[in-house]
Amino acid sequence: MSSTFVGMPAFPTAAREALSDTQLRRNLAHATGTIRAKRAEVVGEVDDWEELRLAGAAIKDNVLRNLDEHLLRLEESLTARGATVHWARDAAEACEIVASIARQHGADEVMKVKSMATQEIGLNEALQDAGVTAWETDLAELIVQLGDDLPSHILVPAIHRNRAEIREIFRDRMGAVGRPAPEDLSDRPADLAGAARLHLREKFLRAKVAVSGANFAVADSGTLVVVESEGNGRMCLTLPEVLVSVVGIEKIVPTWSDLDVFLQLLPRSSTGERMNPYTSTWSGSTEGQEAHVVLLDNGRTRALADEVGRQALRCIRCSACLNVCPVYERTGGHAYGSVYPGPIGAILNPLLRGTGVDDQIDSLPYASSLCGACFEACPVRIDIPEVLVHLRSRVVDAHRSSPKPEAAAMKSASWVLADAKRLSLAERGMGLAGRVLNRWGRRVMPGGRRALSSLPWPGSLWSTARDVPAPPTESFRSWWRREGRR
Amino acid sequence: MKVAVQVTCINDAMFPDTGKAVFSVLRRLGVEADFPEGQTCCGQPMVNTGYLDEAVPVVRNFVDAFAGYDAIVTPSGSCAGSARHQHSIVARRSGDARLADAVAQTSPKVYELTEFLVDVLGVTDVGAYFPHRVTYHPTCHSLRMLGVGDRPMRLLREVRGLDLVELPAANECCGFGGTFAVKNAETSTAMGADKARHVLDSGAEVLVAGDNSCLLHIGGLLSRQRTGVRVMHLADILARTEDGL
Repeated sequence: MSSTFVGMPAFPTAAREALSDTQLRRNLAHATGTIRAKRAEVVGEVDDWEELRLAGAAIKDNVLRNLDEHLLRLEESLTARGATVHWARDAAEACEIVASIARQHGADEVMKVKSMATQEIGLNEALQDAGVTAWETDLAELIVQLGDDLPSHILVPAIHRNRAEIREIFRDRMGAVGRPAPEDLSDRPADLAGAARLHLREKFLRAKVAVSGANFAVADSGTLVVVESEGNGRMCLTLPEVLVSVVGIEKIVPTWSDLDVFLQLLPRSSTGERMNPYTSTWSGSTEGQEAHVVLLDNGRTRALADEVGRQALRCIRCSACLNVCPVYERTGGHAYGSVYPGPIGAILNPLLRGTGVDDQIDSLPYASSLCGACFEACPVRIDIPEVLVHLRSRVVDAHRSSPKPEAAAMKSASWVLADAKRLSLAERGMGLAGRVLNRWGRRVMPGGRRALSSLPWPGSLWSTARDVPAPPTESFRSWWRREGRR
Repeated sequence: MKVAVQVTCINDAMFPDTGKAVFSVLRRLGVEADFPEGQTCCGQPMVNTGYLDEAVPVVRNFVDAFAGYDAIVTPSGSCAGSARHQHSIVARRSGDARLADAVAQTSPKVYELTEFLVDVLGVTDVGAYFPHRVTYHPTCHSLRMLGVGDRPMRLLREVRGLDLVELPAANECCGFGGTFAVKNAETSTAMGADKARHVLDSGAEVLVAGDNSCLLHIGGLLSRQRTGVRVMHLADILARTEDGL
């Protein structure tokens, strides 16, 4: 019962599929539009929002600059409070640590708090292979898991589903893995949540091991923090005997007063709420219970080494960039081929996994019109367009030994545009074409200009959907020489 | 003040009337601007596609062409953004300290047309006349990279006869995005189709913007869909007077 992003096609191909799904586009436009409006309202009421953003960015930058020291401090605080700290270089190591903890306690199932880090490392699939079933307890993650589906949003993983589809998934799938949905289940949100609550309750009460992530890790006190809306996280964090938390090494904040900044930034940016319903914090282990913390690298140190890209490690996974992104709104999250979709995914995936090795990853920095709405919305001021352009140059540089036709085109454009005389010559050629087309062209655009409606490849990539104005008979510079100068 | 106009490569080659319109507006306001003939392009097509090495000679040409001017005015938010925010990246890549110095000299002198008119000249009424129903699309780079704010609207509101109507979801990207328009053509078109729908919903006869590149995309869609809506650069409207052009 699990799907995987492995083997996804490059973004343009995956996006084409998604764009043809009219139900998906409607679901997404409605959902992102709603969250966008809520966010705008609650951000607008904070007078010092810009100062908060600057503070958030500064705290994270400071942590990243001295990450080694902060990590050791965190380990020390956690250990002093009875938690066991594990270090995982990559996904495989992290999954093995969690699996072996489950095995040691004879558990054949674990309850999960919604967590991006565990999604990133493919923990559910790895546990399945080790004979341990992982149950998602976040409502949206449950929908995705029951539907044998993939998450398409960081915060709202089932954003691509509407309530009618969710009702169907619950009715068809719940019974096979536990308490079935009621016979007369309606598609009212309250009824759907009620069915999920009953289904999950029996699992909460019997589970011995829970797995979580953490939104923040306070180095000073060894405190992990989970911010959530449904209370399922609180159940997982308190009921089972053993708690394993998989935490990316960039999740550190030095002190509780630093945490304060992020607890203001995160809910407003993510769900568009002034405050989220549940904030759970725990420092080490409680008597009679066991707490493990797996500190995860999995490409984060690679991202940290990238001078321009490292700002992506400030990310607090709020999803504001997804909700304002015009590309994401139309293609949905699956097209990005990762648990991190949208603008942040377009930079985070190449930064974590490297450029020049995988065409799918290399296509992500190009999955943006560079409109800048993401940067504007980002609560920790990640200049996503800047990083996108930087990563594009990394992709191009990685392929310089085996150039594509595009590289040849760019080289010749560069040659022409480096010298006004060459450009002038090229324009004279266009002027000749313009003279022919303006005489014989039949298509006329509003305003009276002649137009072309089909060009040979690669111009067809443009002209398939858009008319092209015929070139003018004379360029500006030629007019200037003739009479503009006066 | 020595003023140069960076006409931009796309206007030079495809929309010469916009270049002429800029000069016409500036002359009307008493500014004798120059067109340095060495100019070509700002290098943005290369930079934004990831070809930094290929952008180096183009940026070098840019700083050579515009050296010595006090203000470089361009009818493009995108090209102004490129000069102000990306030229330093290209210079760093070149490893050429002299190029970096030259960029540090020219970059801050680049003004998008509405910035120059409103901030430098202190003018919002340029004496234009355009008796049509018009809606304005704020292009992403002028809006979010430069922060031109309401300057274009202030200029449009002073145009005699012009009926300015609101564009729904105006701040949303049209989907052009440079090479994005061909590398992700379907997504670009989907974004553009929604923009075109909003333009039609506005009831305007003319869509105006400060970047002909975005208008090439939106106008191409509006034309293909046989909507009858025309696209025009802001400069082309500001150049119109009761006596004609």
